[in-house]
Amino acid sequence: MDVLVPLPVAIPLLSAAVVTAIGHWCGRRFDDLIAIGATAATLVISLLLVFRSNEHELVYWFGGWRPRDGVALGISFTVDPGSAAVATLVSTLALAALVFSWRYFDEVGKLFPVLMLLFVGAMCGFALAGDLFNLFVWFELMSVVAYALTGYGVEHAGPLEGAINFAVTNTVGSFCILFGIGFLYARTGALNLAQIGEALAGHRADGLVIVAFTLLVGGFMTKAGAVPFHFWLSDAYAVAPIPVCILLAGVMSDLGLHAVGRIYWTAFSGTLSAGDIRPVLVGFGLVTAIVGGFMCFLQRDLKRMLAFATISNIGSVLVGIALLTRSGLAGSIVYLNTNGLLRGAAFVAVGILVRRFKSGDELDLRGRGRRAPIAGAVLVAAALALALLPPFGPFLANALVVDSAIALGYGWVPPLLALAAVLSAGTILRAAGRIFGGLGAGEDPLLSHEPEESQAEPDDDRRVSPPLMWIPAGALAVVGLGLAFVPELAGHALRDAGRVVDRSSHAREVLGGVAPPAAPIPPYSPSATAYAYGIASAGGALAFAAFGLYRRRLPISLRRAAARAAAGPVAGLKELHSGVVGDYVAWLTAGVALLGGLVAVVVR
Amino acid sequence: MSRRARLTLFGLAAAGLAALLLWSITGLPKFGDYHGAYGKILNKAAPKERQTSNVVAAVVFDYRGFDTMGEEFILFGAVMGVAMLLREPREDEAPVPEDPVRSDALRAFGISFAGATLVLGLWIVAHGYVTPGGGFQGGVILAAAFLLVSLAGSYRPYRRLTPVPIVDFAEGTGAGAYVVIGLCALLIGDAFLHNLLPYGVAGKLSSGGSIPLLNWASALEVTAAFVLLFNEFLSERAIMIDSTRRPP
Amino acid sequence: MSYLPFVLAAWIFVVGIFGIVRSRHYIHLVVCLSLTQSSTYVLLLSIGYVKHGGAPIFKDVPQGTRAVDPVVQALTLTDIVVSVTVAALVLALAIQAKKHAKTMNPDELRPVRG
Repeated sequence: MDVLVPLPVAIPLLSAAVVTAIGHWCGRRFDDLIAIGATAATLVISLLLVFRSNEHELVYWFGGWRPRDGVALGISFTVDPGSAAVATLVSTLALAALVFSWRYFDEVGKLFPVLMLLFVGAMCGFALAGDLFNLFVWFELMSVVAYALTGYGVEHAGPLEGAINFAVTNTVGSFCILFGIGFLYARTGALNLAQIGEALAGHRADGLVIVAFTLLVGGFMTKAGAVPFHFWLSDAYAVAPIPVCILLAGVMSDLGLHAVGRIYWTAFSGTLSAGDIRPVLVGFGLVTAIVGGFMCFLQRDLKRMLAFATISNIGSVLVGIALLTRSGLAGSIVYLNTNGLLRGAAFVAVGILVRRFKSGDELDLRGRGRRAPIAGAVLVAAALALALLPPFGPFLANALVVDSAIALGYGWVPPLLALAAVLSAGTILRAAGRIFGGLGAGEDPLLSHEPEESQAEPDDDRRVSPPLMWIPAGALAVVGLGLAFVPELAGHALRDAGRVVDRSSHAREVLGGVAPPAAPIPPYSPSATAYAYGIASAGGALAFAAFGLYRRRLPISLRRAAARAAAGPVAGLKELHSGVVGDYVAWLTAGVALLGGLVAVVVR
Repeated sequence: MSRRARLTLFGLAAAGLAALLLWSITGLPKFGDYHGAYGKILNKAAPKERQTSNVVAAVVFDYRGFDTMGEEFILFGAVMGVAMLLREPREDEAPVPEDPVRSDALRAFGISFAGATLVLGLWIVAHGYVTPGGGFQGGVILAAAFLLVSLAGSYRPYRRLTPVPIVDFAEGTGAGAYVVIGLCALLIGDAFLHNLLPYGVAGKLSSGGSIPLLNWASALEVTAAFVLLFNEFLSERAIMIDSTRRPP
Repeated sequence: MSYLPFVLAAWIFVVGIFGIVRSRHYIHLVVCLSLTQSSTYVLLLSIGYVKHGGAPIFKDVPQGTRAVDPVVQALTLTDIVVSVTVAALVLALAIQAKKHAKTMNPDELRPVRG
């Protein structure tokens, strides 16, 4: 067993404990330096794990408890390049966040680095876990720390409400997960995902299996922010401090979907056939992508806009996973990693604007961004890449998904994905145009106004050193864009997905220690259709941005007709995002019931 | 959404959810009929393999010790989070109100009770892997002993007993010790959290290998975490009492 | 009845969420959260029950005596810790809501809209 596997969890957690224990008596910068050092070490180790797990999975049994006759006695971590890549993504974003927030949170002293370290350790554990209850434990640690970090600006009503909504909604989601775990344990007597898969495989899916699947997927989709479980996300990400948002939006939401993918393939793929479930999950994914993009357009607060863009991205990743094929899963792996970096870069760019100009409002900042050219470059580059511009990461991921969808006969999926990209990336381009180019009108009544009290960023009278701000932004953007140029990235993703998708040989490897022979890397190049979609959506995003900026210049008759048609849905959608936690939990319950009902219908 | 709309939506959703749950329950094994292999194997094997008579403690600290590490850190993180959420912008010394309790009998009784609770807590922690109990359970009782000191009327001695740097140190040490014990196994080539020490004989205090160490580490961490939590909430109460006493 | 404890767990779950949805006070909300969490304890512990089985503690009884499943008990222990931590956090947020926003009613605390 590879000695590096427990370290991405052990190192951050131990550092957090050390900083808490002796932080009072060491210098002021001790905590921050330990945090940065520990995160950097985790980054290096996760990257090493990506390479070491390339040929075959790394299975690690904690406590030395190997399975006995196919019964897992202990807790396992199963590391494959996809999960190790997520752990690397976590550490990269955390490192950028810690550098960006240098001396930002001095008010709370060592509490901020400690909470960030716990966050990093929990997310790494979540990414690498192979045991269902262990997954739940890291899920809870991740969530608890996130609730506290979101509520940082607790003197204002905005962060307060965002944190409470976050806490209550995600806790209800975790109840669903626990019920799912309980049901599965009752049926299979196992908590190890591979063992659950072996026990369920081959049997017909009855009520218990269907409901367990529903509850688990519903709970994790709540964390991910899929519609209709997403309401808390836009509230929370709009009010959390920027360094926290980098992690929340960059990777925490994607982790929920990562879990959905692993749980389906390792535990349920032997009993719930892909062909049955596919339309249900694809439906949820597309609705999320489109609603997220639509709501994104209606915002003028930059953080809330990026929050909805995150929701839209999550929808696209969910569609990739929901196709339940090897290339769909591979596409979602690439999507997750590149989009995460780009979203993180976008948040850092917004953070630069907020710190420099003390405002996060698009219309307020109109034209003022000219003095922060690096933030502008990063925002535009990230938005164009998110708009599926070839040859960057999101385009590559979308190509894998598009090819898979068309092969399955789901030809109506790629245009909708392109539409979602146009809506969300186009809005970010609109904001960039207005802020950095001074383009467009100075007023737009359609856009929702974020109340003043929601600003959670600490009052920062000190002049913060600019390189500490634009280095993380630039670095994240460069890595996010450059990932696409890693040789054979798509091929590696396909091979990794192929291993995940093959449930029985994965189970043999985890429970029996029999590693399958290493498969060759499949060659992959995006099809012409994929290029067409990519270029179309990038162009569409630019056109949509222009539309957003110059709406007023369209002929009046056209605008009146559009206003009449759109007024109802726009008002309705805005009304639903009310900020009241009771509404959100009601929608969550409705979402779970709907998901369960649909899965029951398609499986029977 | 109006309350009525919300409740209607929820009514329909709850009906659906209830139907799903009841459907799932029909697939469960009957109450009392559970035959899962995991538990059965552990009940047979744990007393022999790890020499612990409390199989639940063996599961918590050995077979699934990694889960417990995460759980400890959940408590750790939540307490740090509460400390961050309840921070005061101006970091002055928290106001210490006058002691509201005037009865000497209550004070004496409370303090002695605190002593008895302390002994009880230590006993429960110490015997956690032999009889029911353990680090978490005993840790909460130990923290309650501290709370009794405050409840028996003496907020000032309570604050003096529990200065934040010392409690932070205890908490960090407890949590860190757990990880370090796990790492020690790594250093000698075994898996993380592999049980290292000699196992002894079940039923005695010196049994279970490294389980007693992990037991005490988590007891320390849980005690410190809850004392910190009580500190935070009690100082909020102190602020509220103070603000109602002093004219604005 | 052989399914009653499970139905009880489901009932508590649904009722608890109902409480959360219609709650008008943050303290009430926290209590409902804890209540709903207790439904998961009931479910887990009922699943592990073995008829005529004692506690999985073999100090006074010989090893090999019939005992209930110890794994769900460990899971419930973790579950309880999780419940305590979430309750503590939401209570801290409720305190701040009272102090700064001067309201304890979820319906009234809404600056975020759209």
